[in-house]
Amino acid sequence: MTMVSATADIASAPARRISGRRLWLAALLVFAVVVPLVSSGYHVFQLTQIVMYAIAILGLNLLTGYSGQISLGNGSFYALGAYTAAILMTNAKLPYWATPPIAGAVCFVAGLAFGRSVTRLEGLYLALATYALGVATPQILKLDVLERWTGGNQGVVLSKPTSPFPSLLNDDQWLYFFCLGAAVILFIVAWNIVRGRTGRALIALRNHPIAAGTMGIPVAAYKSATFGLSAMYTGVAGALGALIAGFVGPDSFQIILSIGFLVGGVVGGIASIFGVLFGAAFIELVPDLTKQVSEMSPSLRWLAELQYPAYGVLLIATMLLMPGGMAGLVRSVELRIARHLHHPPRT
Amino acid sequence: MQAFLHQLLSGLANGSIYASVALALVMIFKATHHVNFAQGELAMFSTYVAYTLIHAGVPYWGAFVITLVFSFAIGVAIERLLLRRLRHASALTVVIVFIGLLVIFNGLAGPLFGFTIKEFPTPFAPNASYGSTYLSPHEVGMIGVTLIVLAIVFAFFRFTRLGLAMRASAENPQSSRLVGIRVGWMLALGWGLASVLGAIAGMMAAPSVFLEPNMMVGIVLYGFAAALLGGIDNPWGAPIGGFIVGVLENLAGAYVVGSHLKLALALAVIVAVVVFKPSGLFGRTVVVRV
Repeated sequence: MTMVSATADIASAPARRISGRRLWLAALLVFAVVVPLVSSGYHVFQLTQIVMYAIAILGLNLLTGYSGQISLGNGSFYALGAYTAAILMTNAKLPYWATPPIAGAVCFVAGLAFGRSVTRLEGLYLALATYALGVATPQILKLDVLERWTGGNQGVVLSKPTSPFPSLLNDDQWLYFFCLGAAVILFIVAWNIVRGRTGRALIALRNHPIAAGTMGIPVAAYKSATFGLSAMYTGVAGALGALIAGFVGPDSFQIILSIGFLVGGVVGGIASIFGVLFGAAFIELVPDLTKQVSEMSPSLRWLAELQYPAYGVLLIATMLLMPGGMAGLVRSVELRIARHLHHPPRT
Repeated sequence: MQAFLHQLLSGLANGSIYASVALALVMIFKATHHVNFAQGELAMFSTYVAYTLIHAGVPYWGAFVITLVFSFAIGVAIERLLLRRLRHASALTVVIVFIGLLVIFNGLAGPLFGFTIKEFPTPFAPNASYGSTYLSPHEVGMIGVTLIVLAIVFAFFRFTRLGLAMRASAENPQSSRLVGIRVGWMLALGWGLASVLGAIAGMMAAPSVFLEPNMMVGIVLYGFAAALLGGIDNPWGAPIGGFIVGVLENLAGAYVVGSHLKLALALAVIVAVVVFKPSGLFGRTVVVRV
């Protein structure tokens, strides 16, 4: 396996590094809480998007990075989550805060069912099946039979959540903290899954399915459970995404959405938990930055059109140059520094 | 009955496109055990090249041949420059690289050639004598071109030394290297040929689906379905799978699900094959030794 191995640093992580991690985590949380309070509406919106993408990419990483099942169609579960939230809010008149958990549950069941039926598939076949799922999603959403609920081509417009403490937080900030709360819970859950018995089982069945089965890991059950879990994360992100956008429509769920998640996962580090944050920031901010730069002068206008080719180049370059993504890079730099401190080079 | 026959025959015509794409996929799969997700986008890109040439005044068949040479070169270049480095990489790495290629070609087509949907000419005159009430001349031409191409490909692999060398290096790279075959170049050649097949499919499909950056997305999905149905490691199975899914698509579209669900139908075929018969109709069942 040339992919980064998440096992190495479980075994060898010295206690000192964990406290360093805690420090970083605390800094990150302070940043996540303070910055939205002092920044403009648009930046709050961007941060909310980043948090939401982080959840979706985390779902992909659990599935593809940890259990080794390649999914090119996680956008379908995102769409399912988004539509579940939209239908619950418009048809069942549920309050917005109840939708992400229900969307997560619906997607968990759907993911489990899909995962169960494809559990025998090896990497490539799974990639093919999920790719087909991702490509076919907009068509399924446009189905006439479902139009009563999905709104067909028009989609569904949602009312945006309003802040319960308008004097403290405006609506955008409230939505941000709502998403952040969901993300913190989901990150803690993922962290515990990955660092425990289950995580080791997943990594084992990624690295050598046959050996994992021989050791008594129920391969099929773990594989389909991970599929369900991944779909659940993605579905929650989809529900939050629908709340953020205030709209769901079939054409926002093209295959490029799934590819976007893949880009985020790969750039951040496909087998990592916190690399996800970098990946999410990347897919939210880079297109925006390119757009801003290209609007600075007419001679730079071509830049805006090159977003997708740049994604492609980046995917390939990351795989060739730093297959561990940003998380892998940080990890290796950390290790190098640690080694340097313990064994200073002789002069 | 007449309507049914019409659906059946034009299904065969569509199927000929899927057959070429499926054969291209199988060719690369046989040699490298990878599925080229970028196959369709490469074909789309080649079709744009042909369009540009035709609009620059090159006669159709001239542009056709130049495009094939160009596609061959691109296929060889991708193998030599990129895939070669990934010979020992995991399936995930390779899939991600293919997705990268897919995004690059899809994303470049718009800025390079324009985003508007274009009409692509057909070399088969609309009033030619080989047309009939069941099949337009273009559809007849599509089937004809595909059958000729298939015949050439099979003759090449069956009767030439080069074809034999390519088959040998796909079957057993190590022994092939020992008898002096340049396996690396055989792989590159396979990539070039696959890319040529894709380009032919693209140019044949473009008059009916119109030329735009996403024109091959649905077609390549059917190509995947065809390759899987025929058995992804069987070059004979791929074209047969192609014709079957073409007919299936048309009949189901006309009588069962309607034309809005064509992609979902391909999805259903793919899932059904991988779940119930992963080796396809004519594939070899792989037994893994523990």
